[in-house]
Amino acid sequence: MKLGYVFGEVAQGLKRNLSMVVSIVLVTFLSLSFVGTAALLQLQIGQMKNYWYDRAQVAVYLCSEYSPAEACPQGEASADVKTAIEAKLKDSTLSPYVDKYYFLNHEDALKQFQEEFKDNTITNYVTADQLNETFWVKLKNPSDGAIITQSFTGVAGVEEVRDQRSYLDQIFSILNAASLAAVGIAVVMLFSSILLISTTIRQSAFSRRREIGIMRLVGASNFYIQLPFVIEGVAAAAIGSILAGGTVLAIVQFFVQGYLAQSLPFTNFVDLGTALTLVPIIFGLGVVLAAFASIVAIKRYLRA
Amino acid sequence: MISIEKVSKTYRGANRAALDSVSIEIEKGDFVFLVGASGSGKSSLLRMMLREDVPSKGSIFVLGENLISIPARRVPYFRRNIGMVFQDFRLLPNKTVFQNVAFCLEVIGKSPAFVADAVPSVLKLVGLDGKQDRYPNELSGGEQQRVALARAIVNKPQLLLADEPTGNLDPATSQEIVNLLERISAAGTTIVMATHDRGIVDRLKRRVVVLKDGQIVSDDRGVGYEKAEEAR
Repeated sequence: MKLGYVFGEVAQGLKRNLSMVVSIVLVTFLSLSFVGTAALLQLQIGQMKNYWYDRAQVAVYLCSEYSPAEACPQGEASADVKTAIEAKLKDSTLSPYVDKYYFLNHEDALKQFQEEFKDNTITNYVTADQLNETFWVKLKNPSDGAIITQSFTGVAGVEEVRDQRSYLDQIFSILNAASLAAVGIAVVMLFSSILLISTTIRQSAFSRRREIGIMRLVGASNFYIQLPFVIEGVAAAAIGSILAGGTVLAIVQFFVQGYLAQSLPFTNFVDLGTALTLVPIIFGLGVVLAAFASIVAIKRYLRA
Repeated sequence: MISIEKVSKTYRGANRAALDSVSIEIEKGDFVFLVGASGSGKSSLLRMMLREDVPSKGSIFVLGENLISIPARRVPYFRRNIGMVFQDFRLLPNKTVFQNVAFCLEVIGKSPAFVADAVPSVLKLVGLDGKQDRYPNELSGGEQQRVALARAIVNKPQLLLADEPTGNLDPATSQEIVNLLERISAAGTTIVMATHDRGIVDRLKRRVVVLKDGQIVSDDRGVGYEKAEEAR
């Protein structure tokens, strides 16, 4: 096998079909960027779900000295209030619904906060007494959040009851819809890039039909005849895939970490390390699809 | 060398068989003319021998390979032992004489050293020394066919198939090409040549196989075209 010959043919083919090659690069680039974006969204959803669904799903925030006066006229919740709430959680009305609950005092709340946002500058400005003492209640069935909400809303010493799941679910369903849309667009575009690759390969083979004819006549192996065409398709798609990988990294670096994480400091976003794991997947997907499309196209051309 | 038995071929959509129960044995070192009108099946028969096409019926063995059952991936290796030339030369216009001949060695994986050695000597053999850097369009028809011949024999094939190699050439040039074929034959290569050229067939007095409407109507040694035609 003479690599010089193969790469000479590839270079010639790419040059001869420059406009088609550029369109393969662009279509692959765009479609895989959509794939990458969809994957990022799913990772983001997964990351948030992991964090939130794993933890108590209803938070009973107790009054702190920083709580607004309308909700907490008495100021900081007293020990009696805490005992009363705990008793209520334990009694026979609520306990069938409660899987477990735990209490977080100011210091624990700060610790958890710091761990949760350890890469975030906000941890420098938050102090323990700013964070509410909280009863975290994990329900046996997460959709029963309303029971807890109703039981504790308006109770003295309780600032607010939040069923996180109900409003997380809204966010998740929006993100899910967005990532499905991205996947949908990606599938259509990937399909068109496969068609584009096979058209280009056929055209490229047609423009070299004399050479192919001679090669078949003198007994060049099929692998040797096909290889330059397959490499041609794969090379074009690989350029597009690399661009798409770069785009995904850029989205995370500049948009997610550079903009979103700054403007929404209480949310944990996907980081560059996670995005980096997507790059080889995107590259692999592009290369495998292009190889598949090229092989099918050239085999069909040679058989005809 | 070649053993063809009761081979028939009907192309799709054709109402008449291109080959109709053709049987022929060709020994090593033979020089065989296939003659007959256009459409008599000469080219079809050559295509079968190169395994460009597969018979609808019958059996065909070439160089010890059963061409009915040979797996597709072995076909290229089978073809490396066969040279073929055509009426229309089939040279690559963007390659020089040297590159045209070298190409067919390179694509079957011969080393650069082998190519550098084999190409000049085969060009000398066909009388093209000194023209190796010309492009096909700078050559006469006869010279182009010599390039095609050089390409066909550079890998020292056991069998040379020629499909009307003199069809586009004037009589004098045709004779030169035939002289070359005789030399190649004398060196031990089996040659099967399809032709219309009565003059050549008459002069060489070799084995002549006459095809008509896809059937062999005569197969004689040492006779001319006319004799062969009469014999049927």
